[in-house]
Amino acid sequence: MAAVPHFADLPIKASVDDLDFFYRDFKALKKINMPIHEKRVTALIGPSGCGKSTLLRCFNRMHDLYQGNRYVGEIRLYPDNVNVLAEGVDPIEVRMRISMVFQKPNPFPKSIYENVAYGLRVRGVNRKGILDDKVEEALRGAALWEEAKDRLNDLAFNLSGGQQQRLCIARALATDPEILLFDEPTSALDPIATASIEELVTDLKSKVTIVIVTHNMQQAARVSDFTAYMYLGELIEFDLTDTIFLKPTNKQTEDYITGRFG
Amino acid sequence: MSIGTEKTAESLHEIRALIAKHKRWDQIFIVVGIVCLMVGIIAFSALFLSMVWHGWDRLTPEFFTNFPSRKAEQAGILSAWVGSILVMFVTALAAVPLGVAAGIYLEEYAPKNWITDIIEINVTNLAGVPSIVYGLLALGVFVYALDLGRSILSAGLTLALLILPVVIVATREAIRAIPVGIREGAYALGATKWQTTRDHIIPYSSAGILTGVIIGLARAIGETAPIITIGALTFIAFLPPPPLASTFPFVSFEWLMAPFTVMPIQMFNWVSRPEEAFQVNAAAAGIVLVVMTLLMNGLAIWLRYRMRKNLKW
Repeated sequence: MAAVPHFADLPIKASVDDLDFFYRDFKALKKINMPIHEKRVTALIGPSGCGKSTLLRCFNRMHDLYQGNRYVGEIRLYPDNVNVLAEGVDPIEVRMRISMVFQKPNPFPKSIYENVAYGLRVRGVNRKGILDDKVEEALRGAALWEEAKDRLNDLAFNLSGGQQQRLCIARALATDPEILLFDEPTSALDPIATASIEELVTDLKSKVTIVIVTHNMQQAARVSDFTAYMYLGELIEFDLTDTIFLKPTNKQTEDYITGRFG
Repeated sequence: MSIGTEKTAESLHEIRALIAKHKRWDQIFIVVGIVCLMVGIIAFSALFLSMVWHGWDRLTPEFFTNFPSRKAEQAGILSAWVGSILVMFVTALAAVPLGVAAGIYLEEYAPKNWITDIIEINVTNLAGVPSIVYGLLALGVFVYALDLGRSILSAGLTLALLILPVVIVATREAIRAIPVGIREGAYALGATKWQTTRDHIIPYSSAGILTGVIIGLARAIGETAPIITIGALTFIAFLPPPPLASTFPFVSFEWLMAPFTVMPIQMFNWVSRPEEAFQVNAAAAGIVLVVMTLLMNGLAIWLRYRMRKNLKW
């Protein structure tokens, strides 16, 4: 992490600008402002209910799937400088650019191959040659190719929990997303599977911008370059991960990091 | 120390007495439960056994291949079972697309507001409308207004209306059983509603939907009142025209408009005869009908088991 220069110089992939979010009348996010740096890992941490998952799900407009949710403010995506939350922007377009990996591995009850290929099929890619290449590339990217190459037609459920989560990562990678969102990707996994996912996240940042929600502070410290600490829907502090963990400016952040609170 | 031990022993004794007292209700309920269960099982078994007792000897191959007749010994259920199967075929063909599409719409597409709530309540209530009311509706709409006559088509459509709520409710329940994570996983990849529905919702809910359809058909096959209402209580000693023809276009839909009879009507016919020998025929037809229904339910259970094996979440 020492290699990361001062973050003002880093290219920005997205920026959250004065973002409020409402579940009906409940204001779940309050005036969030933060940058997402390109090809870096940004971690969102904070106690349960602080809004970190809510913020993550704004990036790919998952909240649009349910009635009564409302965004105020912007998330700008660069280089094209489009506000992904704007009314005129189709959430499907946003989701095609920004992929997501969920808390609990959620492979489809289909074959390993079809799971990875699904994102491409949604985009109308049906040529076997192209699909084969992309599936292999994505599985390699998710460090699953060696384990899965001989059983591509097996049901995804026959994989272990950690393998299923890597399959979900492969599925998200297959469509070459600009940003990859991780929503507590290891909370349902054992320590060994967790370590493999963390290693994967670190490897992936050379290719893709990553935003990861985690309730595990050590995980944030291990995998992220930047950390945002949130509490009760507010962004308390955003900085380089080293700074947040070693010399946080805010007292609340320090209390949470040191385990005195949370 | 010794006082403390004594107190513990005493309170332990009290706790045990209390547990024993509470457990008595478990014993009582087990007895009540078994009695309740037996009422249903014994009543059905008695009915079925009495039918078997009366009708078993009539279950000869000829009984299945003969048309109804004035002579009880020569009478059979050929036109009835063929009619039942054809009517079920039309019922399934009409009820499945309508019911599944309505269920999918309500679950995946309909906005959650008071109009949807009212529609939902009404769909559930439709399942409770007496079947003879459907018969009256069908008589007015299918037989007269649409001029479909007292045909297989009219009967099939009537029974389709009857089981539509069952299919809709089964579809919705099957869809609701799909975990949110699977649905969100599809949407997160940029799938549209229709892509998600076609590639995930329908395939993963098909076992539950199929089960609901078969249960609905098992109910429809035994329905008598609406079929009598549309005027199918007649003596039918012929089969509908075959669906396959030897000349172009090789398929024929004439059978849809043919007069018909079905199993429960044939039974009803025989039961209303004074002669003892026809009562035996009715019992034999009853056995066949019950077995048909049980087989359909068995098929539903088996299909559910088979198709759920690949769906683990």
